[in-house]
Amino acid sequence: MSEAAAPRGRPRVQLALTVLALVLASGAYALVSLGRTGGITPDVPLVAGLLLAGYLSGHLLVRRLAPTADPVFFPVASLLTGLGFAMIYRLGPDLRTAPQNIALPQGIWMTVALVAFGLTLWLVKDHRQLDAFTYTIGLVGIALLLLPLVPGLGRTVNGAQLWVEIGPLRFQPSELGKVAVVVFLASYLNAKKEILQLAPGRLGPFQLPQARHLGPVLVAWGVSLVILFVQKDIGASLLYFGIFVLMLWLATARGAYLSLGIVLFAIGAVIGASQFGHVESRIDIRLHALDPQIVQDEGYQLAQAQFAMATGGIAGSGLGQGLPTYIPFAYTDFMFAALGEELGLFGSVGVLLLFVVLIGRGFRAALDQSEGFGKLLAAGLATVLGVQAFIIIGGVTRLIPLTGITLPFVSYGGSSLVANYVILALLIRTSAGPAPSLRAREGVGG
Amino acid sequence: MDRQIRRMAVALLGLFLLLLAQVNYIQVFAADELANNPANRRLIIQEYEVDRGDILARDARTVLARSVTSRGELRFLRRYPDPHLYAGITGYYSVVFGRSELEQSYNDYLSGRAPALFPTNLVDELLGRPKRGATVITTIDPRLQEVARDALGDRPGAVAAVDPATGEVLVLVSVPSFNPNPLSSHDPATARDAWRALQDAPGQPLLANANDLFYPPGSTFKILTAAAALENGLGPDSEWDNPPELDLPQTESTITNAGGGTCPGGGERVTLARAFQYSCNVIFGEIGLELGGERLAEQSEAFGFEQDVPFDIPFREGQFSTLDSFENDQPAVARSAIGLQDVRANPLHMALVGAAIANDGVLMRPQLVREVRGPQGLVIDEMDPEEWGRPISSETASILTELMESVVEAGTGTAARIPGIPVAGKTGTARYSNEAPPHVWFVAFAPADQPRIAVAVVVLNGGGFGDEASGGRVAAPIARAVIEAYLGTGG
Repeated sequence: MSEAAAPRGRPRVQLALTVLALVLASGAYALVSLGRTGGITPDVPLVAGLLLAGYLSGHLLVRRLAPTADPVFFPVASLLTGLGFAMIYRLGPDLRTAPQNIALPQGIWMTVALVAFGLTLWLVKDHRQLDAFTYTIGLVGIALLLLPLVPGLGRTVNGAQLWVEIGPLRFQPSELGKVAVVVFLASYLNAKKEILQLAPGRLGPFQLPQARHLGPVLVAWGVSLVILFVQKDIGASLLYFGIFVLMLWLATARGAYLSLGIVLFAIGAVIGASQFGHVESRIDIRLHALDPQIVQDEGYQLAQAQFAMATGGIAGSGLGQGLPTYIPFAYTDFMFAALGEELGLFGSVGVLLLFVVLIGRGFRAALDQSEGFGKLLAAGLATVLGVQAFIIIGGVTRLIPLTGITLPFVSYGGSSLVANYVILALLIRTSAGPAPSLRAREGVGG
Repeated sequence: MDRQIRRMAVALLGLFLLLLAQVNYIQVFAADELANNPANRRLIIQEYEVDRGDILARDARTVLARSVTSRGELRFLRRYPDPHLYAGITGYYSVVFGRSELEQSYNDYLSGRAPALFPTNLVDELLGRPKRGATVITTIDPRLQEVARDALGDRPGAVAAVDPATGEVLVLVSVPSFNPNPLSSHDPATARDAWRALQDAPGQPLLANANDLFYPPGSTFKILTAAAALENGLGPDSEWDNPPELDLPQTESTITNAGGGTCPGGGERVTLARAFQYSCNVIFGEIGLELGGERLAEQSEAFGFEQDVPFDIPFREGQFSTLDSFENDQPAVARSAIGLQDVRANPLHMALVGAAIANDGVLMRPQLVREVRGPQGLVIDEMDPEEWGRPISSETASILTELMESVVEAGTGTAARIPGIPVAGKTGTARYSNEAPPHVWFVAFAPADQPRIAVAVVVLNGGGFGDEASGGRVAAPIARAVIEAYLGTGG
């Protein structure tokens, strides 16, 4: 694939793929309706119409604001969202999983995400503009991450304090913080990569840069520990710290940072385990979820996810025909298992492949950039998506210990959806280069 | 930097390949094992979404098992209106313990999974109706089943009756029985309590005496020994010495006639016919020794002993002593010839033996299900009578019929006499142990000249008559009650 020219500026390809995504998403919704009620409910044409409007707007936004963009990004991401939406409609309202109708709010959030997507494309006419606001964006990122700790704002949901509530609005600022952190790191590391590559000091087998340049590593470690210990959000903690270390390595090519990162994370994990029993029990549950002693208690959720996917088998039970509602939180963390049960191996492998394509195009966009910031930005964003998808899918399938985090583009939840569509917009922008309006002003070329 | 980006891409791809492998493991390789984990409610819930078909008696009206809607998580509940009478036939349908008997063997039909039901399933699916299972119509005659149960009472034992011409099982009564309703409860605790109580109960109520278990058939096995003799060139008038006891070679033990003495109705010598009529152990021991173990084994195998007898529910095939055990042990041959030693048979199997003689030597495949009807009442599967074997020639069969008639007319089985109807029968009193009263048997068919029903009865451990119990006294009246009721002459 590397020798192939970047598939830029092929709006017809994007249109065709978008139509395909639309057909699959509306079809999934209709099948859920058929599977649950035995007929096509009146909301099906309505929803299909709304989906049509949404998909076409997304397509036109890209076409208008970033006509030279990689045509694969939007259709793939929006197909994931469309499948997720059908599954969310299927899972609620059900007293076991979702207390109220969750399809309507998800639909509203999809609209908000689309607006955020368009706004990002419109405001960021050239991704290099972001390079000018390194520390502002960095501070915004850290502030967002720590916002739930502000007294009066933070809300604890399911044992993790990662929500902020203002009036009727409730959101998870750490999701948006994730985007800011990647942009900041791309900018900061691009500026400091030469200095960070120097290794004047040693600590045991590790070559270390000067202490003052090491500062940000330790700050990131500290922030992720705060997230872990105070907010009790292992998934987010792992994600941020992982992104930080991986981007540091991307920028400097120094394996020492990876080793250091692993050591530091291990220390954090050990302390966490001894302090809370939080981390340790998760590892335990992963290994023993199916043991009869805990299969109905601590292991219940994970065990149900395995049963769901196994019962779905290769072909799946069919949309609306399985029992994914037996998995607690199927509509957020366990979306992958719910899809696996009803769409079978075809569905779960399909979702994995969609992620592989999406992430692969992200790295492709990174390689196509001529300057360091753009490379780091695209690669960082692709890494965020990849690592997050891996953490949750790996957790749900018992490949790694479970840490609650949303499945990008698919899971229920406004903050996650908005944040991921901002990431998508930034990837599209990076792959497209400056917007036409900007290019016209600068003259041809760029 | 490009190198790192490529490496990162490859590393992430590697992680996704791991996910791909794991997903394949869960959904393909370990799928069955995971899906069948008892903590997985999915399969059971899906199963109970089906309006499971009824199990009916041969009149297609009497309900042995049916489904009723339930309010709980599981949509349909299984009910057994006359639980103890039919438990051995229907079995149970339990969330905890699975299925047994017809509920198990006809599950594909009952649960609507059989290919023949596909069109109906499709229509139901399109109309959003619950999937419906097929109705299984058994061969059981409900009136006769009740007669047999009343005649046996609460004595541990069993009654089996077959139509000799078709192999249809008309009666299959076992005591003790059990109540499948609590076992089939949706509440696992109720089911477990019932199960535990049944495990502790005497006589293994979950296993039907009529077909799941077997017992030494005693003198009813003389039918097979006589058949072997007739098939091997001997006749009803062949004679043997008539001593009061048979000294068994190689040992000091002996075989004696029931009640002691020589075989009644004979002098120095006695015929096969007489020995059969009065069930003389000594003579049959001699016949057994003369025929040898191999011929006896062959004959019993022809009747389905030690074979796989095809049946709709579990069938414990008859057992004959192994030939190895006869080496250097001639007494074992003699004892096997009179239905002791290691010979075992279940009552249904003995009814089949009677039926083969009644049916001119043709053994029909035993059949518990007549037909299966789809939810609309259309017959989707019909079980035709099927010949399973010809253990004896028709001449042998007619000689044996005469011998068996003489037993009821004036021999050990006079308690089975029915005015106006010739009954053929053979008693059995299996003194298998010195510590317990004998198992008493009666195998019969009637009318002897044109047989319409074959019956076998066993009452375990004398049925309360202690050592006084005999097949003629305890078991024959039960067989007579069933035959009378069936042939329409009973009071």
